[in-house]
Amino acid sequence: MADYTIDTADGRLEALRRMLTIREFDTTAGEYFADGEIPGFVHLYIGEEAVGVGACAALEPDDYIASTHRGHGHCIAKGLDPKLMMAELFGKADGYCNGKGGSMHIADVDAGMLGANGIVGAGPPMATGAALTIDYQDRDQVALGFLGDGAVAQGQVHEAINLASTWDLPAIFLVENNQYGEATPVDKQHNADNLSDTAQAYDIPGITVDGMDVTAVAEAVEEARKRARAGDGPTLIEAETYRYRGHYEGDEQPYRDEAEIERWKQRDAIESFKKRLVDRGELTEDEFEELRADVEATIADAVDYAQEADLPAPEEAYDDMFGESVPEIEQFAARPRTDGGNRGGDSR
Amino acid sequence: MTAQASLDQEQTETMTVREAIRLALREELRRDEDVYVMGEDVGLFGGVLEVTGDLFEEFGEERVRDTPIAEAGFMGAATGAAATGTRPVVELMFSDFMGVSMEQIMNQMAKMRYMFGGKTEMPVTVRTTEGGGMGAASQHSGTVHAWIAHFPGLKAVAPGTPASAKGLTKAAIRSNDPVFVFENKMIYERSGEVPTDPDFTVPIGEAAIEREGEDVTVVATQRLVGESLETAESLAGDVDVEVIDPRSLYPLDTDTIVESVQKTGRLVVADESPLSYGIHAEVATRTMENAFFSLDAPIQRVGTPDTHMPFSPPLEQEVLPNGEDVREAVERIA
Ligand SMILES: Cc1ncc(C[n+]2csc(CCOP(=O)(O)OP(=O)(O)O)c2C)c(N)n1
Repeated sequence: MADYTIDTADGRLEALRRMLTIREFDTTAGEYFADGEIPGFVHLYIGEEAVGVGACAALEPDDYIASTHRGHGHCIAKGLDPKLMMAELFGKADGYCNGKGGSMHIADVDAGMLGANGIVGAGPPMATGAALTIDYQDRDQVALGFLGDGAVAQGQVHEAINLASTWDLPAIFLVENNQYGEATPVDKQHNADNLSDTAQAYDIPGITVDGMDVTAVAEAVEEARKRARAGDGPTLIEAETYRYRGHYEGDEQPYRDEAEIERWKQRDAIESFKKRLVDRGELTEDEFEELRADVEATIADAVDYAQEADLPAPEEAYDDMFGESVPEIEQFAARPRTDGGNRGGDSR
Repeated sequence: MTAQASLDQEQTETMTVREAIRLALREELRRDEDVYVMGEDVGLFGGVLEVTGDLFEEFGEERVRDTPIAEAGFMGAATGAAATGTRPVVELMFSDFMGVSMEQIMNQMAKMRYMFGGKTEMPVTVRTTEGGGMGAASQHSGTVHAWIAHFPGLKAVAPGTPASAKGLTKAAIRSNDPVFVFENKMIYERSGEVPTDPDFTVPIGEAAIEREGEDVTVVATQRLVGESLETAESLAGDVDVEVIDPRSLYPLDTDTIVESVQKTGRLVVADESPLSYGIHAEVATRTMENAFFSLDAPIQRVGTPDTHMPFSPPLEQEVLPNGEDVREAVERIA
């Protein structure tokens, strides 16, 4: 059984909590990035929360997901720990990747999260691979690959879906159409009206759903999961959504105007879901404010944790290249910064 | 003639590496109608690292073309386009994405002229960014120029200064062969004197002696050119370091390096790529083949110790080679 489902009142509250957690996590991450405490690039998921949460609500806890460069939301939706995520963003030793990966590579394979990914379009082949393991070992799971609208143009995405279809693998491909690939609008990248239309070519179902509606996404993924488990192969789902922030933090966004952003905000996934729950009598305004405060406290704790955590020791840079160590790395490294040795060079 | 001496004879302007590359693109777009630029968000957006900048305004979307996120597709399209009479200049946003497009590069672009009996030209330029230092983690920090230099049929250049950035970019565009221009992302802001003559190019295959010296030769590339020059200055008085920027990695100006080592008797090779099986080995081997009996000390390598570029700053600083590593290497043999 899923740890929660959107078919129950408790499950809907949990979905709302996760959407709020994503928004708070990413808002906070944006602030610490602007302050210079978070290195590298960060790509925020704000506005798209219903897609990740809807999808993961319809999965079982041990199903796999493969993510994208915009992966924080997928991680939280999948149930990863915001503390360890934040620690990773801060480059700390006990972050999810021991400070080796950062925002773009958060992963926890044991938790079914095959990694955010810095390479556009690299997630779907990973999902196909996980689905292959599931099929091969006859396990009761599915694998879902997230991808962006831009990633649909990648050759490896086509290859992955075609392979999963040909082998009837238990995979789901979920396109998050947030209308832009970096600065390029979706209609300049594709001539298809719906990005799910390409499903025809693989002879699998292709559907387009409202990605601002968490239940619509959950229902589509639930259907796809049933199909995958019945041995009928993958489904291609397109969720229409919108990112409120720039492509990455610091993006000045010359390619779109404020009015367009405002139009989408009118349909905000969190606001509209909250309103539905209030209308159904499943939530009061006070309870919502409590929930929000609770989420804010969780993320504040995550930041405290991340700030206090230790940075990795420099020599950890040489760990994890291989399972069995190779002498070359040790020779080349020779612990340069720590005990005044050298980097390369063979004369002592 | 040193790079500085040749600059003294020309009209120059101070600009950054980024501006120098943009100027090279602008001049070549103006000079030749068959030249056009393509890549992800190179148009209105001006490129994620802002290199193409405002070119879109002057040349429009036909000649500064945005592509979908499809590296294999557009690298292959550039190959086909070059074989049929136009001169595409591809921007590959990060060199790590070379992996996505490798088939078109290694089996088509590199091999067509040869396999077709010399009956095809391949005037394609690929510009891409390399290197760590931005906390961009392993998938956006690679230094992969050794791969391209290793494939027969491809040329690879890697500027270390604004002047060579301009001159190499222009030479690449004018070349009828496939030329990859590897731009280190940490030196886009580095500024220096750049010749303003629109016909200034840096011949592919010609190294520059950036600093003359008698005691140790440092062959340094990209970001490490600047860092090695600073190191050389700080060592002046104790060790007299000669700094050579090969500028072109394939073909490699072996003669300039060999002559220098025949003078100094000592060699350090500093390049950010991983140390095994790469540029360091090539420079060292050519030196030993040609100047073995001039060597007074073992050749030293400075590079990335066969790791990927990690994310967290202390880890990244640990593996990223810098001027301090060059100093230690020089001191080990001086
Ligand atoms: C292979 C590859 N090409 C280009 C990039 C640079 N890049 C990072 S994100 C991005 C846009 C992706 O757009 P989309 O798939 O729609 O996802 P979104 O950012 O909208 O979530 C690009 C071009 C990359 N990381 N990998």
